[in-house]
Amino acid sequence: MKRSPLALFAGLYLIFLYAPIILLPLFAFNDGTIIAFPLRGFTLGWFADLANTPALHEATLNSLIIACSVAVLATCLGLFAARAVTRYKFPLKGGILGFIMLPLVLPEVIVAISLLVVLMLLLPDLPIETGFQIGEYVIVLSVTPDLVLEVSNFHRTVFSFALPLPIILGHTLLCLPFSIAILQGSFQGLDQSLEEAALDLGETRAGAFRLVILPLVTPGIIASLLICFIISLDEFIIAFFLSGNEPTLPVYLWGQLRFPARLPVVMALGTILVTLSIVLLIVADIFRRRGLRRTGQSETGGFL
Amino acid sequence: MSSTPLIQMQDVHKYYGAYHALRGITAEIAEGEFFSLLGPSGCGKTTLLRAIAGFEEISSGAILLNGADMAGVPPNRRPTNMVFQSYAIFPHLSVEQNVGFGLRRSALSVGEKTRAIGEALEMVGLGHLGGRAAHALSGGQRQRVALARALILKPKVLLLDEPLSALDRKMREDMQVELMKLQREVGITFVLVTHDQEEALVMSDRIAVMFEGEIAQLADPEVLYRRPATKRVADFIGVMNFLPATASGRSVEAAGLGVADLAADQMPAGPVTGACTVGLRPETLSILHDGEASKAREASAQIEEVVYYGDMTYYDVRLDGMDTTMRISMRNMVGRDVLDVGARTRVAWDPRAMVVFPD
Ligand SMILES: Nc1ncnc2c1ncn2[C@@H]1O[C@H](COP(=O)(O)OP(=O)(O)OP(=O)(O)O)[C@@H](O)[C@H]1O
Ligand SMILES: [Mg+2]
Repeated sequence: MKRSPLALFAGLYLIFLYAPIILLPLFAFNDGTIIAFPLRGFTLGWFADLANTPALHEATLNSLIIACSVAVLATCLGLFAARAVTRYKFPLKGGILGFIMLPLVLPEVIVAISLLVVLMLLLPDLPIETGFQIGEYVIVLSVTPDLVLEVSNFHRTVFSFALPLPIILGHTLLCLPFSIAILQGSFQGLDQSLEEAALDLGETRAGAFRLVILPLVTPGIIASLLICFIISLDEFIIAFFLSGNEPTLPVYLWGQLRFPARLPVVMALGTILVTLSIVLLIVADIFRRRGLRRTGQSETGGFL
Repeated sequence: MSSTPLIQMQDVHKYYGAYHALRGITAEIAEGEFFSLLGPSGCGKTTLLRAIAGFEEISSGAILLNGADMAGVPPNRRPTNMVFQSYAIFPHLSVEQNVGFGLRRSALSVGEKTRAIGEALEMVGLGHLGGRAAHALSGGQRQRVALARALILKPKVLLLDEPLSALDRKMREDMQVELMKLQREVGITFVLVTHDQEEALVMSDRIAVMFEGEIAQLADPEVLYRRPATKRVADFIGVMNFLPATASGRSVEAAGLGVADLAADQMPAGPVTGACTVGLRPETLSILHDGEASKAREASAQIEEVVYYGDMTYYDVRLDGMDTTMRISMRNMVGRDVLDVGARTRVAWDPRAMVVFPD
């Protein structure tokens, strides 16, 4: 192939995009606290350090819980919205859709501050609790503003689980436009008579949805789950504003930057995250391609 | 055969918002009949078919299947099945799974289901393709899968929305014959939507011609062709020459063709006196070649246009003393040369082929 200026441009562009990311593993395995060349020796010590940092584990777990909740919530809502928009006509459809898509262009700081204001306004009324008793167990569901589920008998708490509700809702707001955009594409590709054919052949509406529509939009659903998961996992601003004393992973990382000695550990963590993201994307793309092949659609370009 | 018709449509109206899509459809379809809905694009054929299937609610009137009012009965509870224009083959399922889809809720055993699927595929000539992924089928094969899928449920009525329009001409003609055979074999009532008049004429026992949400004429193919009820029907189905005429009783004088006494079935329903229109199909007129014996009714004419079709030739001729032309189709035969534009000739006709329309 001829070396054209365009190829050169593309090469520079790729370097610009990926060179910083390559630095990450470089220093994660570097035996020295100072981030500078020349590299010194090879070490796995920073990764070992990761394993010995309980605060990090908590932040990671917190982030994973949030990201999973957001992925499921946003994808469900996106599913409803995308189906409604592609299948039905109703007044103000364009306007409503526009409002849902707005967070896509709204500065995130604005969203974060607004949510914080709402939280402040609600705070005096919190916690809201409801509970009931089954035998000797008392089950309490409360919004503190975290969503807390607590099961206790008279002596001690048997089970307790908290969902950081404010961040989850904030991230859902942020992810919904992506979810809708992805799923709308899936639904638009569906021939409406497929559903009618299923009804015609004796299925109920629910059956037609489950047997025909759902399998055909599954690649879209997986893609949406994945994108929402990743957006939520590395979102910083909303999480920063709305996390109480339980930071998410990005917020924890940001906190660690104040200690220069911890920088290589952060690099090690970053390396793991990058590897994980790439693996996840590859898996998602394999699923997407398999879905496409199954329905006989042609390749339309994917993540990879 | 039972005395109640299988499908009864009683003054069916359908509005889409302010748009009046069906305007008082009344018709009955007998059991075992091959019935066609024929009309130009947008006349409401699909709407009517979907109303019978249960996909569209009608605004007023009633549709009865087997004597039972279908108002409020969803598609999955009607004794009808549909072959969609796009075929609506489920792309994520195999051919067998597609065909067997309707059996999911039946009480048949797995073995019986497999056999039924095999039979249905055999019936449409796809016995060897059961395991194929549905998205890897040609247009004609899809059409057959859609047919097998609908017929496996042994519906009372099979509804077909332009099932052949996506096929090429040769394939379409083959499938027309096959569909007719299949219909006779299974004895199921077929309701076919088409905008192709030839297809309707070839396949149907009876045809309803629709314009703008109304049935303009409902008759068997021969009556429809030979005795169209209105000029519009005549024009939609095949070609017809229209001539200005005057009538008094059954005695009609068409411009250039003299006076003729016509039979009752050639006249319109209401009484006509004064100005009217006479219609004549191109094949009922003939060009008399040199030396051919003269006919009872003939006139000299000039050929204005010649269109050669291989088996047929279409001539546009102008009778002497007239300023409009008439179209005449002649079968090309040995010893009968195609005439040239400008040639002088004689044209013969038979008043028994005339149809009179009120103006
Ligand atoms: N869902 C709808 N909303 C509004 N108008 C509709 C709807 N469906 C059909 N129409 C209108 O009703 C009329 C009849 O439509 P229909 O689909 O029955 O026509 P058709 O005879 O099947 O035409 P074609 O041969 O093009 O398929 C058309 O003018 C169409 O625009
Ligand atoms: Mg139609």
